[in-house]
Amino acid sequence: MDRRERIGKTPARLDFLQSFTGIALALFISFHLLFESSILISKEAMYTLTQFFEGYYFFGQKYPLIISALAAFILLLIVVHASVALRKFPASYRQYRAFKTHMTRMNHHDTSLWAIQVSTGFAMFFLASIHLYTMITLPDQIGPYASSERIALDMMWPMYLLLLFAVVVHAGIGVYRLILKWGFFEPKNPKALHTRRALLRSIMYFVITFYLVLGVASLGRYMVIGYSGEFAPGERYHPQGAAQ
Amino acid sequence: MSEGRTLHVHILRFDPHLKDDKPRIETFELREAPGMTLYIALNDIRKYLDNSLKFDFVCRAGICGSCAMLINGRPGLACRTLTSKLDAHISLAPLPVFELIGDLSVHTGNWMRGMSERLETWIHTQKAPDIDRMEERMEPELAEAIYELDRCIECGCCIAGCGTIQMRESFVGAVGLNKIARYRLDPRDERSDAQLYQLIGDEDGVFGCMSLLGCADVCPKELPLQSQIAYLRRKMVQIGK
Repeated sequence: MDRRERIGKTPARLDFLQSFTGIALALFISFHLLFESSILISKEAMYTLTQFFEGYYFFGQKYPLIISALAAFILLLIVVHASVALRKFPASYRQYRAFKTHMTRMNHHDTSLWAIQVSTGFAMFFLASIHLYTMITLPDQIGPYASSERIALDMMWPMYLLLLFAVVVHAGIGVYRLILKWGFFEPKNPKALHTRRALLRSIMYFVITFYLVLGVASLGRYMVIGYSGEFAPGERYHPQGAAQ
Repeated sequence: MSEGRTLHVHILRFDPHLKDDKPRIETFELREAPGMTLYIALNDIRKYLDNSLKFDFVCRAGICGSCAMLINGRPGLACRTLTSKLDAHISLAPLPVFELIGDLSVHTGNWMRGMSERLETWIHTQKAPDIDRMEERMEPELAEAIYELDRCIECGCCIAGCGTIQMRESFVGAVGLNKIARYRLDPRDERSDAQLYQLIGDEDGVFGCMSLLGCADVCPKELPLQSQIAYLRRKMVQIGK
């Protein structure tokens, strides 16, 4: 047994950490996209949610720093998740080529899904950083007008659109793969493993589609508000009849 | 019915032991017979068309695992593949990862031996064996569970179907992890999880698996590789506590 170097606890911990940060980020994004779609209900609904997250209903005053802190924490989670997930990336052109050849040859659904996850993950190194840096530095500029201005007039929408696709696809495939990897929702009868996997995959595609439609619709709504000219640059939204 | 079709079998041919031999695709045409398997088709090719074609077989019944090859890009056993289930154009290639003997014949044996030695896939016990006594009794359910995993024929399909091992050759693959799962079940093997962790508790072992599940989808014996690897992962991650 002692022919090789002793294996410490680290590999087990890294593997756990990758899944743990992954599921935490997936949970975060699933709520984030829901909250952010409140603009589809009304500007007031989105405004109310913004105030809620800035702590207005707890402290009677807005603290945008809460948003900064949350964004910084999410960035930290992403850094941890990315650094452990990097272990799985192809580390050389030879490895990249070997995998690509194998994937094309096999024409196997779950093998190809992984390639999508690697590419979307890689894209988010850049896309998520841009978004989170804005949220950390300008936390007070979230709201029906402020967000619309950033998305439409400040030309952030192409970045948000790319980020939306990357994050929804990555999280959807990620959670599906995590379920298989750890053996959650496994059928008692091993013969049913294949049909269960097909079912999980259908659910995954449904959830991905749902969030993509929701995200694109919200993004579209912010753009309509942004280009409508109903507010002046820098102007903040206030619900009608509310105190300034 | 697909009887009487003309099959076009495209075979990747190369013998590294022949001087100046170059990898090439050769196409053989033959008449499909009722109930024909790829194994029968290959024998026909060797008998009537080209007696230099190299491929392995022993049992012809999916038990020995010798005739594993890439069939239209996916690993499978030639003897268990009916030509009627395939298109009239069939591509065959040797399994990747393993040492090539020539044409469709690969040396899975030395790879499997290396894996077995590395993972010590045998019963580890402190008790001196007493061959004059009856073996200790085992519950039938447990014996069956062990037997279920012991059905592995080491054909190499899971290794050739594994995306991870294409990139990282030192990965033990599903065949190795399945063996550890098998010995972990066996009460005669006294190794603890902490000891097994020393064999598979890193990225060459269970934490290297990326859950692409090519192994589970190509295993000709339909072993529950997906759930066995997940189970081992749950057990091994607890060692990191």
